[in-house]
Amino acid sequence: MSISVNKYICGYCGACVGVCPTGALELVETWIEVDNKCTGCGICQKICPLGAIEVNR
Amino acid sequence: MKDHYDVIVVGAGPGGSIAAKTAAKEGLDVLMIEKRQEIGDPIRCAEGVGKFHLKQHIEPDPRWICADVKGSCIISPDGTRVEMAEEMSGGEVGYVLERKIFDRALANESALAGAEVMVKTRATDLIIENDTVCGIKLMHLGKMHEVRSKIVIGADGMESKVGRWAGIETAVKPSEMETCAQYLVSNANIDQEFCHFYLGNEIAPAGYVWMFPKGGNKANVGIGILGSKSGEDRAIDLLNDFMEKNMPDAKIIEMVIGGVPVCGTIDRTIANGLMLVGDAARQSDPITGGGIINAMNAGKMAGEIAAKAIRTGDCSTDTLQEYEELWRKTIGKEINNNLIVKETFVNFTDEDLNSLAYSLKDVNFTSMSLLDLLKALFKANKKLLWDLRVIFKDFIKNDIDFKYKAE
Ligand SMILES: Cc1cc2nc3c(=O)[nH]c(=O)nc-3n(C[C@H](O)[C@H](O)[C@H](O)COP(=O)(O)OP(=O)(O)OC[C@H]3O[C@@H](n4cnc5c(N)ncnc54)[C@H](O)[C@@H]3O)c2cc1C
Ligand code: SF4
Ligand code: SF4
Repeated sequence: MSISVNKYICGYCGACVGVCPTGALELVETWIEVDNKCTGCGICQKICPLGAIEVNR
Repeated sequence: MKDHYDVIVVGAGPGGSIAAKTAAKEGLDVLMIEKRQEIGDPIRCAEGVGKFHLKQHIEPDPRWICADVKGSCIISPDGTRVEMAEEMSGGEVGYVLERKIFDRALANESALAGAEVMVKTRATDLIIENDTVCGIKLMHLGKMHEVRSKIVIGADGMESKVGRWAGIETAVKPSEMETCAQYLVSNANIDQEFCHFYLGNEIAPAGYVWMFPKGGNKANVGIGILGSKSGEDRAIDLLNDFMEKNMPDAKIIEMVIGGVPVCGTIDRTIANGLMLVGDAARQSDPITGGGIINAMNAGKMAGEIAAKAIRTGDCSTDTLQEYEELWRKTIGKEINNNLIVKETFVNFTDEDLNSLAYSLKDVNFTSMSLLDLLKALFKANKKLLWDLRVIFKDFIKNDIDFKYKAE
């Protein structure tokens, strides 16, 4: 499971990184990178102020 | 960049810059790295700060001050207003900053004190040997490097990874994070001497809307809602609703988003060779969301204790424990008190909020302190606020204030 971040919506604020329980996310300059620790829990999706994240099921 | 420093500071926000400046002034060899190519930009802040506490760290400079604030105005769901203004000489108690310039000025101060600063340089991991942090791995312009140090100070903000790399759990739950959106608007038409706060479960579930004056008829208008309430309606949607209803003539000239940890103090902020400061240590205030001053205060403590540890030759938690104790006694105490207040308030209905505001209609506030506000509220609403009784004796004993104390 993984997530997709729509880079045209994302405002690179890092809020999703701060809530990800597995540490799967990283804010690199102006984009979010996701690694294979993602469990698809959806917490980041819930928190994003702009709604840039989708969980792939 | 050298192979070895006394101290490496990760992140050039207010916490990192003050830590780097303090450590460099103590004569240490300091490297501060920042992953962004421009320090301070984009901002994640409403930019409000108390004068008294700010001045302990830096001389106010008109280049990064946008507005002088003399009071705040809280507006309940039915429009009842509670005004609090400082009536002391001089009048103004807070500033609204230009953080882009402020953060750079602070970084510059650390450079002038002797720290080496690198931008577009991201920490990617820690070097850990024998259960001790001995430096960092970093990426600069696509190349990986290893740099060693006696102490690493993690000042890497809300999205902090430094603590996690050392095994310190810093992830916050959605119910422990305010998710925020803000516009800088022109044609704001608000009273430029007041910070405004709009409460209500419809406009901002478990949060509020703020309007901070930014000078020249501009304002930071933003919203924070508890992450657990975000979903269908996100911070940005609720902000757009608010703007449409309340500020139809305002023109948006900048957009800001971000998250504020409101989890209260975390269990641990040190490891052998490591200290966390500011948002990385979750030191932001659960009520106001303010974190600039706490980050700076913690940065100063960490810089001083780094110097002490390096002088004694022991950078283990035995020595760094002093930092842990120092910040918990001061910053931590206030955060945990305010956490109780936050947890009481997020459960209030709009009717509760209205009646609380109404109960203050005849109170004449002569200060902007949160404590004064809470005391007046408690006096008039003992039943509703009974959970708060524990904090008053603490508050009074420690003389904790709202960071807006006038000199
Ligand atoms: C919407 C909003 C409104 C706010 N309003 C206020 C307010 O009015 N008043 C107030 O006092 N506080 C406010 N805050 C909180 C305040 O912005 C923070 O508490 C404050 O910036 C914390 O300072 P810091 O130095 O700890 O972290 P930051 O200022 O976040 O700095 C951390 C730095 O570390 C860098 N970094 C992160 N990871 C790495 C890495 N791996 N390598 C290198 N560099 C890295 C980041 O790029 C960043 O520059 C607000 C926050 C938000 C989101
Ligand atoms: S929370 Fe949303 S806007 Fe912020 S960095 Fe993550 S995906 Fe981007
Ligand atoms: S879905 Fe869960 S595990 Fe995956 S990135 Fe988001 S918060 Fe992390």
